[in-house]
Amino acid sequence: MHITLFHYLFVSAILFGLGVFGIVTRRNAIMVLMGIELVLNSANINFIAFSKFGGLNMAGQAAAVFVIILAAAEAAVALAIVLNIYQNFKTLNVDEVDEMRE
Amino acid sequence: MDFVDIIFVVFALIVVVSAFIVVFSRSIIRSAFSLLFTFFGVAGLYVLLNADFLAVTQVLIYVGGILILILFGVMLTTNVVSVEIKTGTLQTVPAAVIVAVLSGTIAGIFWFTEWHTAPAREGPTTKALGTLFMTDYLLPFEIASILLLVALIGAAMIARHERGTEGGR
Repeated sequence: MHITLFHYLFVSAILFGLGVFGIVTRRNAIMVLMGIELVLNSANINFIAFSKFGGLNMAGQAAAVFVIILAAAEAAVALAIVLNIYQNFKTLNVDEVDEMRE
Repeated sequence: MDFVDIIFVVFALIVVVSAFIVVFSRSIIRSAFSLLFTFFGVAGLYVLLNADFLAVTQVLIYVGGILILILFGVMLTTNVVSVEIKTGTLQTVPAAVIVAVLSGTIAGIFWFTEWHTAPAREGPTTKALGTLFMTDYLLPFEIASILLLVALIGAAMIARHERGTEGGR
């Protein structure tokens, strides 16, 4: 067995599935954020796997850098929102936080 | 099966197993720390894919930044010593079925597609990436820097505790 493009794509498919599972099943907002991070990481694995095997070369890695930048910005803003929600609602259950006002 | 393949299997197992723990663990602290191993495993996969700069970036930004932010979020919003830290799940079985079908479909597409493969570029990537950001990707690069500034100010604005309205905390 030799490691080919498919093996990397397969790992990223599993990671994507686990991330989506975490997003849809967990009630805690921070757990939902962790699921989003897993999905973004699986997308990045795909970008870089194609940059090595698919002839995408540096363009794939540049796209992965932008994904990491967006993930950092998303995590900062999302956690600020989560802290604000916790201050206002005293809970992080995403099923209970269904109003824009207190 | 040569040495690099064994390394790949090790990193892939680290990624998949720790991601399982992230998703299925009842304790959110355990999930957060398991996410650490997922990020490190993904960084190892980047190294195997000739992406040295991205591997270091992954460790710096994900492990050093995002994971710390998540841990701060966990510790600021949950009472660590109480049982409240256990987070519930809902509708696990239908979600598992749908996600399994989704992942299987994606993996099937990956398996049955005739990918166009090309020989890989060897050598360090940092200089090439820097050149690319200053030439072809200059506009997205600048927009990303503005986006980071906006996210910085926005996060500070949103998370700031407004004094005077509620009389402190």
